[in-house]
Amino acid sequence: MTTATYLPDYPVNGLDDAQPREITVSHAPVDQAFRQITRLSGSFVLLIMLLVGTFLTIKAVRAIKSVGLWDFITTQAWSPETNHFGIAALLFGTVTVALIALVVALPLSLGGALFITEISSGWAKSILTGAIDLMAAVPSVVYGLFGLVFLQKHMVPFAYWLSTYFGWIPLFKVDGADPKNPLPNDALYTSSSLIGGVIVSMMIIPIMTSMMRESFSRAPAGEREGAYALGATRWGMIRSVVLPFGRGGIIGGTMLGLGRALGETIAVYLILSPIFDINLHVLQNGGNTVAMTIALRYGEANDFTMSALMAAGLALFLMTMAINFTASAIIARSRSGADSEA
Amino acid sequence: MVDLIAKPRGRRAAGPPPRLDALAGYLETKPAAALQADNISAWFGDRKVLDRVSLTMPAGQVTALIGPSGCGKSTFLRILNRMHELIPIAKLSGEVRIGNEDIYAPGMRVTDARKRIGMVFQKPNPFPAMSIYENTISALPLTGVKASRAEKDFLVEEALKKASLWDEVKDRLHQPGGGLSGGQQQRLCIARAMALTPEILLMDEPASALDPSSTRRIEDTIAELRGEVTIVIVTHNMQQAHRISDQCAFFLASHNTPGVIVEHGATEAIFNAPRDQRTEDYVNGRFG
Ligand SMILES: Nc1ncnc2c1ncn2[C@@H]1O[C@H](COP(=O)(O)OP(=O)(O)OP(=O)(O)O)[C@@H](O)[C@H]1O
Ligand SMILES: [Mg+2]
Repeated sequence: MTTATYLPDYPVNGLDDAQPREITVSHAPVDQAFRQITRLSGSFVLLIMLLVGTFLTIKAVRAIKSVGLWDFITTQAWSPETNHFGIAALLFGTVTVALIALVVALPLSLGGALFITEISSGWAKSILTGAIDLMAAVPSVVYGLFGLVFLQKHMVPFAYWLSTYFGWIPLFKVDGADPKNPLPNDALYTSSSLIGGVIVSMMIIPIMTSMMRESFSRAPAGEREGAYALGATRWGMIRSVVLPFGRGGIIGGTMLGLGRALGETIAVYLILSPIFDINLHVLQNGGNTVAMTIALRYGEANDFTMSALMAAGLALFLMTMAINFTASAIIARSRSGADSEA
Repeated sequence: MVDLIAKPRGRRAAGPPPRLDALAGYLETKPAAALQADNISAWFGDRKVLDRVSLTMPAGQVTALIGPSGCGKSTFLRILNRMHELIPIAKLSGEVRIGNEDIYAPGMRVTDARKRIGMVFQKPNPFPAMSIYENTISALPLTGVKASRAEKDFLVEEALKKASLWDEVKDRLHQPGGGLSGGQQQRLCIARAMALTPEILLMDEPASALDPSSTRRIEDTIAELRGEVTIVIVTHNMQQAHRISDQCAFFLASHNTPGVIVEHGATEAIFNAPRDQRTEDYVNGRFG
């Protein structure tokens, strides 16, 4: 063994002939199998999406052709038998119910998720976490029934109060309501978009809370401590560490909730009294959604009316896709899930 | 007896300061304060990791905490600004006094205690969503203080100068703090901690993840801050402890017992004339 050091000899100045080389990777057989399997399942998911889209489009063409695309989008009626139908009211109702659900669900799930990750501790935290995840798995028909037999009658006084004091806002107006009548006519309020939306919100709160909680809980401990060490209040820490980090989770959870709300069938089916006009008055009876119309009309469908329903389904499918792609584009630009050295 | 009398604070950024009404409380020249730990014991669950540790950290001086891994240095440091209690199973007894006030007294707000006793961590932890500028004064929004643009500009420049980072970043103040090198990030964290003019600055192995030249810059920064703020630093680097500290405390947790201070005193004495054999072995690299 020698104790000398070495001085590498470099070629003469200017004689830099280094070229980037091709790197070929040869994977171990296990790795290769794994890659193939994951690739297969990945393509399968895409394939199903494509299949659904294509299938809906093919089936829908006949109906859309027969009324024309523009009429199909703008007509507020559903009577394929007389070749007079369109999705204007359906889409409007779908979005209304979903938005009402979101307006209720967003603050509640945001607050709930923050409470679980930032305030509760010990067994309370574990129980809450478990309970929320469990609630996310309860089938929506259960919430629908709960809403029908319990929530509906308790919502009516609130709807009445809103329409009495805020009825001057067109949104909260109820046709035929008489504010001077001390005994309100409950039947005016029971089957409104508001009540439908509130019940839908109960179905999406658990999944939204669960996603937000998950992303908040991954906010790096180092940053939290950094904030606290500066004398941050808990709210200060949440605002500058947890919320920015959890942005992706908030948006993702909201979009997932919105997606579910748009497609929710059974709860609105149980609550809403179907109409086929655009109804701006969310406290007033009557509303409609695409999913609900499909469920209602499916039984009486012949080939052509079926095609009309497919066209409505296609519209819903496209709308949901558009929302989800927007959401994933937003999430991709935020930092959640990345490590703390962004 | 250690000298507990505060020295006046040193430098200020040049130029006439803007109106600083909102920040008056923060910007008045607070003297560095002495920190006194009395009979500190600490537990994680049922496991006791510190046993009746007392130490005076004199005003304006640099106190180094040394000792083998796991002997409770970080735990002790985190007790000094109430970070210990963020761990759910953590408990402690004893008192930590700044001047004559116990920071664990019922009347003392935990946020106030932490504002007066800043901390820099082992791993640089700037807020990645914020720019260098925002990072430097992140204490303002975190503690709910509003400040005007001029006040902020002034604070940012002053804090970054204190952390010897100003010259390197003054042209890119609005770029993300995460885009700096590790050593610069660490100095950004020092600037962030100094922005509210704490009386005491705690540092837990601030240079252990850094290359020699960044380490050197951090040490220079510490030397600059000396006198202006009381510094307590944990380090595994004996030369570093020797170079930068006025006072050393040697922690040790012998086999399955809680950590204690074996010996403490002036740095020169700890390194050149320790009284305990274990201290001598440790500072000369013979165990640990
Ligand atoms: N969060 C925690 N939960 C449980 N035990 C802990 C926790 N943090 C530290 N401990 C224990 O407390 C003891 C002291 O740890 P501490 O981190 O204070 O040591 P240290 O002297 O800073 O070590 P190092 O030099 O490696 O940083 C160790 O035995 C450790 O296992
Ligand atoms: Mg440590």
